[in-house]
Amino acid sequence: MRKIQLADVTAKIKEMFIDACENIPANVLNALKSAAAEEQSPLGKDIIQKIVENDILAHDKHLPICQDTGVAVVMLTIGSEVTFEGDIYEAVNEGVRQAYTEGYLRKSVVRHPLDRVNTKDNTPAVVHVKLVPGDTFRIDVAPKGGGSENMSVVKMLIPADGVEGIKKLVLDTVFNAGGKPCPPVIVGLGIGGNFEKCAMMAKEALFREIDDKSPDPIARKLEEELLEEINNLGVGPMGFGGTKTCLAVKVNTYPCHIASLPVAVNIQCHAARHKTCNL
Amino acid sequence: MIKITTPITEKTARSLRAGDIVLITGTIYTGRDAAHKRLCELLARGESLPIDVKNSVIYYVGPTPAKPGRAIGSAGPTSSYRMDPYAEPLLQQGLRVMVGKGSRGKEFKELLKKYGGVYLSAIGGAAASISETIKKCEVVTYEDLGAEAIHRLEVEDFYAIVTYDSEGNDLFEQGIEKYKKV
Repeated sequence: MRKIQLADVTAKIKEMFIDACENIPANVLNALKSAAAEEQSPLGKDIIQKIVENDILAHDKHLPICQDTGVAVVMLTIGSEVTFEGDIYEAVNEGVRQAYTEGYLRKSVVRHPLDRVNTKDNTPAVVHVKLVPGDTFRIDVAPKGGGSENMSVVKMLIPADGVEGIKKLVLDTVFNAGGKPCPPVIVGLGIGGNFEKCAMMAKEALFREIDDKSPDPIARKLEEELLEEINNLGVGPMGFGGTKTCLAVKVNTYPCHIASLPVAVNIQCHAARHKTCNL
Repeated sequence: MIKITTPITEKTARSLRAGDIVLITGTIYTGRDAAHKRLCELLARGESLPIDVKNSVIYYVGPTPAKPGRAIGSAGPTSSYRMDPYAEPLLQQGLRVMVGKGSRGKEFKELLKKYGGVYLSAIGGAAASISETIKKCEVVTYEDLGAEAIHRLEVEDFYAIVTYDSEGNDLFEQGIEKYKKV
């Protein structure tokens, strides 16, 4: 058995959220640079160039890339040979608390969806735990902004809707969202499972690296086709028209009921902040 | 690019056209969902506002806390459609310019024609760069709202794109029409 100290988890979570908010992943920055080069609209090109300049400035001056430093989403992958003493959720929340209060990040969480009083330290985080064999202890974090999250949907399609139904849902979602989720976006799709499983898969899809491809040929084909079809919508950078509405589509799937075709579309803005580490 | 200085008259607002790029210099106010709700509750009760919105600019932003030595933290725009329900009472008071991001309702565009207002976009997610054009920042009221408090900002050459003008032109519709391939 491998013992993990919860104090180390707290320290790591703090470091990762500050790092994520200030430093765009290199592969996301590269995708934005390519998009700027390829964008056909002059205004759209200028906008993506300004986004690239912003991300470089944020890195150089240690400033948050975006003022919406999000809800803290944490995915823990814990091996069955790992032990720890105490409350892992509290250890994560303490790390989030320290990151947001000491790291000059915005506190965007209210304690109740209806009385809407700010918790003033961005807790609680949204924490997901996955158990695996072995002695892994992996932490994935993403500060997830409200603008793009608000444009996301879950829909229970029927088997007869098929691939065309899925595509229509995605294209309608991205088109109707327009500039609100800060395109060029990344689209995370969860297909199958059930109501809650597809939403979770859509989120997990956004945690994948921007330049990877699904190992499943059916999902990969859908990723490629949807990327092209979304970019044909003409929404463009910040919704002002253009050829670069979407940087990548990520499709995750799971078996499902004979009667069902659950689909979740989770939208990620261009500030696709994500950090990973193994303790 | 068109340089404009606050306060902004109805004549200036009505002269701007969708697609123009403006650089704003002067005093602007911040406000988001919670502050707008309070302002409109005051007006509904017949009370006066804590800020003079006549010929002013409201920027929809909730900045991050300022790091030492900086006027303000990162300060990009939030989605504007959430402020649609509060637009008319403020336009009635003479509010001239709103700055945010993303599309808004049809009714909102009609209000701009009626009152002589204009809707601008800042670049969403360019929050660090935008903060470089904000030279001063102080809380005016609603400090309890934290990032959502109303702040008075002094800006220099603050970049914005005229998105809806007072003649009903919509830069989103124009741009998408041009690049749509379906």
